[in-house]
Amino acid sequence: MKLSSSVFSALCLIIELLGIALFLRGFFPLPIKSSLSSKSKSSDLPAEPVLGSSPNSTRVPPPLFNRVVIVLIDALREDFVYGPSGKRFMPYTRNLVESGSSHSFTAKARPPTVTMPRIKALTTGSIPGFIDVVMNLNSQALLEDNLLWQAKNAGKRIIFYGDDTWVRLFPKHFLEYDGTTSFFVSDYTEVDNNVTRHLDSTLKRDDWDVLILHYLGLDHIGHISGPHSSLIGPKLHEMDDVIKKIHTSVITTEAEGTLPNLLVLCGDHGMSETGSHGGSSEPEVNTPLVLISPAFPMKEGMGEPGVVEQVDLTPTLALALALPISQNSVGRLIPAVFQKASVREQLRYLHINGHQLSNLLRDSNPSFHKEDGYEQFRMAEKAHGSWMKLYVEGNTSEVLSNMAKKVLKQYLEALQAMSAALSKQLGKYDMYSMMVGMSLILQILVLLLLAMPEALSGAACVDVPLATTFLSLPFYLLVLLGSSVHVLVCTSSEASCYFCSLPWLLAFVAIIFSSALFCSLVAMAARRSLCKVDNKQPKTSSSEWTLSELDILLLIGTLGHTLSLASSSFVEEEHQTWYFLLNTLCLAVFQDVCRKYFREKRRSGEEEEENLLLPSTVEEKGASFSPVAELGVSADSEKWLALATPLLTLTCCRMLRSLNQTGVQWAHLPDLSHWLNSGDHKVFLSLLSVLSLLLIFLLVQRHCSLVSKIALALGLLGVYSYRAAVGSVLFPWQHSAQPMSKGTGEAHFVYVFVLGILFTGVKDLLRSQVMSSVVDGRRLKSRGLWEVYSGMVLLVALLLRAHNLPTLACCLLIQTLMAQFIWKRLHYDAAQTTIMHYWFGQAFFYFQGNSNNIATVDISVGFVGLESYVEAPAVFLTAFSTYAGPLLWACHLVCYLSSERDRAVSLGHSSYCFALLRSIPAVFYVVLVTALRYHLFIWSVFSPKLLYEAMHTLVTTAVCLFFTFMDQDRTRRP
Amino acid sequence: MPEELNLNELSRVVFLGLSQNEMFTLNKVAEEETRCFFSLRYTSVSHVGSGDQRHGISSCPPRRLCAVNIAVFWLLGISPPTKKNTLSYKLSRLSRSCVYFLLSCLFFHTVVVLYGAPLLESALETFSLAVLLSTLTTLRCLCMLGPNVQAWIRVFSRDGAMSVWDTSLQITTGCSVVGAWLGAFPIPLDWDRPWQVWPISCSLGATGGFLTGLLVAPIWIRWHRKQLTYKLK
Repeated sequence: MKLSSSVFSALCLIIELLGIALFLRGFFPLPIKSSLSSKSKSSDLPAEPVLGSSPNSTRVPPPLFNRVVIVLIDALREDFVYGPSGKRFMPYTRNLVESGSSHSFTAKARPPTVTMPRIKALTTGSIPGFIDVVMNLNSQALLEDNLLWQAKNAGKRIIFYGDDTWVRLFPKHFLEYDGTTSFFVSDYTEVDNNVTRHLDSTLKRDDWDVLILHYLGLDHIGHISGPHSSLIGPKLHEMDDVIKKIHTSVITTEAEGTLPNLLVLCGDHGMSETGSHGGSSEPEVNTPLVLISPAFPMKEGMGEPGVVEQVDLTPTLALALALPISQNSVGRLIPAVFQKASVREQLRYLHINGHQLSNLLRDSNPSFHKEDGYEQFRMAEKAHGSWMKLYVEGNTSEVLSNMAKKVLKQYLEALQAMSAALSKQLGKYDMYSMMVGMSLILQILVLLLLAMPEALSGAACVDVPLATTFLSLPFYLLVLLGSSVHVLVCTSSEASCYFCSLPWLLAFVAIIFSSALFCSLVAMAARRSLCKVDNKQPKTSSSEWTLSELDILLLIGTLGHTLSLASSSFVEEEHQTWYFLLNTLCLAVFQDVCRKYFREKRRSGEEEEENLLLPSTVEEKGASFSPVAELGVSADSEKWLALATPLLTLTCCRMLRSLNQTGVQWAHLPDLSHWLNSGDHKVFLSLLSVLSLLLIFLLVQRHCSLVSKIALALGLLGVYSYRAAVGSVLFPWQHSAQPMSKGTGEAHFVYVFVLGILFTGVKDLLRSQVMSSVVDGRRLKSRGLWEVYSGMVLLVALLLRAHNLPTLACCLLIQTLMAQFIWKRLHYDAAQTTIMHYWFGQAFFYFQGNSNNIATVDISVGFVGLESYVEAPAVFLTAFSTYAGPLLWACHLVCYLSSERDRAVSLGHSSYCFALLRSIPAVFYVVLVTALRYHLFIWSVFSPKLLYEAMHTLVTTAVCLFFTFMDQDRTRRP
Repeated sequence: MPEELNLNELSRVVFLGLSQNEMFTLNKVAEEETRCFFSLRYTSVSHVGSGDQRHGISSCPPRRLCAVNIAVFWLLGISPPTKKNTLSYKLSRLSRSCVYFLLSCLFFHTVVVLYGAPLLESALETFSLAVLLSTLTTLRCLCMLGPNVQAWIRVFSRDGAMSVWDTSLQITTGCSVVGAWLGAFPIPLDWDRPWQVWPISCSLGATGGFLTGLLVAPIWIRWHRKQLTYKLK
């Protein structure tokens, strides 16, 4: 089967994408589920263990609290309450913590520290899998057993105000609710006022049992300006007032004869030093948990708050309200809360919790008998039974209380061991699916590598002997082998396996395809080695083909970057790798430029014995109808511009590097974007934006048609007014402080122009197909491509934050200069140019402020110009703006390469290079992650990177398809 | 340089001896330097804010290296014979060499800052790295080729070496720079070691690269002696 290089690489990437998807499905473990499909009921509760035949009760111990108010403050970091800022801004709460009747803890949130998984963890008590992050934007009703369902089932009346994620997770659970959307990150007052406005009337009423308040403002402030912003103080004050209000009206004033009330103050996750969250750094996972109730003893002075898991709140609340613990909870109760209960009740609480955990352990782990915790729990249960016997008999001696203490200790240890064992269970992988996905992508990588000589040849055609393999015997043997392995694995394994749960036809097709691929790989390898043995001709030619310094650098850089992914630090600080490589690349290019121009000078000046004039220095005239047109510079100034280009690039890169600090180790260092966004420097930010937009216009408009030029200018004006409307930059004639709007109108205005320019570009591309004159058609096609490119630039300008506009301007500047003076003048071939574009794209991905951490994805982009959350455009816009750098560079590569007249096959070569450049790290990383799946940092460092790699492969596939379309209509042309 | 061409074998032997000799001294210097850097780091850890003291210590190894380098080359007299021997000519050459050395320090400083070194913070440390790099590269060029840019360009362009000295200069210079380049690799690792602090690992890398260059150059020349003698004609 003969395929052109571009089609071949696009197909390879698509198959690779499927393989990665299968791998991901197997890699991200599903959360632990109890085997019971129903929810816990009070009747399922275990009886109190009693030895002998005395009557034992199965009743739940009585509730400890009457009403519960849960105040959940999004992104409430531990030090906002316990640290110095707590002392300063939350005096009332701090007073309660230090000397009130309260218990305070540091609750550890599990990564991913994103709101929805945290809400799920708090209500179900289980630890949601990492994949919940991906589903974060798409929350649906929570079907698992959870605390709210239990409360509702027990007839408790629940009122909720706050983040509408809750309303979507728990539809019909609330007596009364008011959801506020959490996606307009720039709004941090309205969201909280919408919650607080109900508070007074609700607190006066007594027709509710549970009140949940979820405040979002603090999180939004964190996203806007970080944890040390001046906005944090007033917000914490506001929260303190809320606590004070609730405390005075609900907690302290209670009627005689009823149970005390409980106020829970907690955070769902913390906030990193840059103000975002999602990772697993200390400030992100440490949240305060304060339980306030008159039932607790008064505290004297504040000690170090104890450390608990966030999920421990669930069984604690459930037991304190006399509700069944939800089935999948892995938490253990907080003993301090139950101190006032009688010894018998305390033991009973522990027994119920232990029973639930042991059930869960039994369901999720086939070898549960060997677990220490299970054994300990059985022992404790027995000891509990003998204690009960003594107790029922009326023994009140010292022995009894000593024994009770011992049982209590045993229970606590058992709970801890079982909870830990269950948490560890979360690292279970679906190895079979992972292996199948991995073998598929490994085969693709080998295929790509084997096809290298053909794909980069002048014909740019790859011959994959797929058809002939269908007639070979090994193929059928492999299919048989594969099917039998599949049947064997699927029938024997007890754990759920995704690949087995696929329809058998699909699995069979996958097996056939994989075996065929394997056979054709062997055939290709054999052909290659035979070729080498048969004629010595290619061998001599290959020895003539030498690598220049630049080639060596590109090769070492690609391989070195791939290998560096094995280290968690290098994954965290991947931007450093790219910046470093990019700098070295610029210096190498600079050396090439120097070599070219100074050699020439020497030749004309002094006479030297060696007249090694590179053949490439012969200037070609007439190759001038490219979109990268001549700027009309003389030969001398051209030389100096060419010499200055790498240096200018280096300077730009250095400046962009200090614009956004990313990564982990140095992320807290002050950077330019914080300085620009700090409010006092709005004028600078506005000036910088204006300059960047002007530069963008000047650089992009050169090759556009007149209509597109006007549209582009208006669009960029719209971008500025959009930024002014959202309040990030100043508008010159805007004097009165207008209220912040969402800027929907302005954004729509820009969208219209983006679509208009894209439409013009596509129209030009289509018209170039039917053009009779080849030269005209080519020119039209170049213009069309450039217009598509400028449409993308306009969209990126709209989506990037104001402080990132210089990134875009520098990107365009470097592209223009490099295309003009470096790539063309130094006659780099398509492969070299592609690798350079890829490196630049990667570096710009990090210049934008991205990192390998989920937290840096700017989801507010998904709401530019939208009134409410609409999934498809939001996901598209977020992905587009995140990968703006790589996409723009790839798009520029298409424009640049199709402007080169004499390089008919360059698009094919470059799309092949793209596929290879993406496959090598992706495949290596997948294999690596499989090997490191029990690594300590697998969830915090490697998994997010895996998602990024998968997403990047998706983006590259889209780019390759674009390349293929562009290449296709070139081949159709004679 | 006719004698060098004719007495090719001899010069190679001398070169071997010299480089080993020099390597020995340099080894000592490098060790000392390492110790210097370590002590500097420890002192800076123990007395926070003693910036001047730091600078004083950290600039000592390049100075010693300079001295050793110049002394070695002076004693062996490898530099091209000069036609004019007047004092003023020598002085002008000396002053030009000084200017070139300073310029190369600034050049290395700029490159290092472009590579991402902090601009203002720890600028002295960065400059000390630049001085070290200049010592390992530019100073040798100055000693061997004199302040003659054309000769430099000739030596460092492809196939430009005209004697074993040029080749060894190419190799040691390249190795020093590559060593410093490689020395930056451990910086992002989260091992929290004292030598990971900027710019210690780079200085160590540069010194290590230089020593490797000294070791590799004779071996390489011996290995490729056929091609080299061919080229020398």
